[in-house]
Amino acid sequence: MDWSKFFSMGGYALYVWGSYGVTLVLLGGEVLMLLKRKRDLAKRVSPPEMEHRGSHLETSF
Amino acid sequence: MSSGSINWYKYAAPANFYPLAGKMIPWFAILTALLFVAGLYVGFFVAPTDFQQGEAYRIIFIHVPAAWMGMFLYVLMAVYAGIGWAFNARLASMMATAISTTGAIFTFISLVTGSLWGRPAWGVWWVWDARLTSTLILMFLYIGFISLQSSIDDPRRADRAGAVLALVGVINVPIIYFSVQWWNSLHQGATIRIADKPSMAPTMLAAMLILLAACWMYSIAVVLVRVRYIIREREHEAPWLAEAAA
Amino acid sequence: MFGWLVWRDLILAWRRRADVLATLFFFVIVVSLFPLGIGPERETLKTIAPGVVWVAALLASMLSLGRIFGNDYQDATLDQLLLTPQSTYMIVLGKTLAHWLVSELPLVIIAPVLGLQFGLSENSLAIMVLSLLLGTPVLSLVGSIGAALTLGLRAANVLVALLVLPLYIPVLIFGTGAVQASVNGTSPQAWLLLLAATVVLSLVFAPWATSAALKISVE
Repeated sequence: MDWSKFFSMGGYALYVWGSYGVTLVLLGGEVLMLLKRKRDLAKRVSPPEMEHRGSHLETSF
Repeated sequence: MSSGSINWYKYAAPANFYPLAGKMIPWFAILTALLFVAGLYVGFFVAPTDFQQGEAYRIIFIHVPAAWMGMFLYVLMAVYAGIGWAFNARLASMMATAISTTGAIFTFISLVTGSLWGRPAWGVWWVWDARLTSTLILMFLYIGFISLQSSIDDPRRADRAGAVLALVGVINVPIIYFSVQWWNSLHQGATIRIADKPSMAPTMLAAMLILLAACWMYSIAVVLVRVRYIIREREHEAPWLAEAAA
Repeated sequence: MFGWLVWRDLILAWRRRADVLATLFFFVIVVSLFPLGIGPERETLKTIAPGVVWVAALLASMLSLGRIFGNDYQDATLDQLLLTPQSTYMIVLGKTLAHWLVSELPLVIIAPVLGLQFGLSENSLAIMVLSLLLGTPVLSLVGSIGAALTLGLRAANVLVALLVLPLYIPVLIFGTGAVQASVNGTSPQAWLLLLAATVVLSLVFAPWATSAALKISVE
């Protein structure tokens, strides 16, 4: 496997790796934003015990 | 209803949906990882080099799925918003809001990767062809929806206003696409003739479809995570959410 | 009742005619900026004229949308109007018509004068007026949806632009297409028919969406 050829992508390294890099950054950023949201929530609202309560509660929607 | 069947309606209640979603998320996360690895492997190590575009064409393995996700998620968002409005179903509206961010991000990815593909493939960073232009307009539609919901403090007004906007948007999308096609054909002489996607070898198609599946799994996982946070943010008064002893 | 509604809005607009005139002046100024920014070369101006006039019309419309429901919302007249037995659809239609008469029609009337600045032929100017005559009702009708959705929100003006401009794009394309065709010497008929179709569709569906949006914003 010729790694230098793989990384250079026939001279198009900027475009190809740039594309996948941007994707990684944006999707990763989305995940990070969700982690931050979780932390903000934990500060504001006490973590609930929803996992145990769900099935026997039939609230209307 | 027989005693063996599941009462699906109960999951329309945020209280019941919350733990269900929580159990599903890890599975979708795992599928996402597996499919991304598989798709990228096929795309980079199995699919051959393109005759016309060389290695640059490999961008389409993420560009096309991202574009499709942007479009599918907008429709899905509008459907959920519509259901939430028509049936006064809070959870459906929350799903619409949860989807909007992810859809907007995929649309943006599709614009950026489209531009990065355009430069080596056709020599320019941007072309005003029907597809890219329509994707840009879709981006504006997402931004409009998200901005509107952020500007409204009352959650139910935000839900319903978003629903009107999303439904108006979804009806307009074909009209917009059609008009952009006309516009493009009118100015054909001025624009560069756009070469379509390279003719697809089966392995190329496979890579694209695997990555599309990966994007779907990712979207489901991320939307479920987000909707759980939305539920917590909006329902934090509700007793079922309180830490009080059962 | 319908006639009364329209007349009432017209009188109210007359009392605030400074606002109305400001929108018209905005249109004129924006159109005049382009030759200043791009250069006075005749052929260039002829090419950009349809787009410039239409985009300026879109932007001027944006500015005026807040007025359709805004004033009535602030003094609670809107609540009263919605409580009357008159269907919300007709109320919306009436207010939209008043908006068109007050904010859009002046643009249509002054556009040919501006078109002269760009060196358009009489034929093209006529098509330009016709395209605006057909297209501006759509701007009012679709714009009222955005106006209703953003009632009472902070930065409503900017937000309404964000919501409505993407929806304006087909009208922009059809309108400029018609004028462009005339400038190029081809027939603008297809574009004008598309504009007409858009007006009909908007007349049927837009007031309905606006009514729904009003009820959502007001409750």
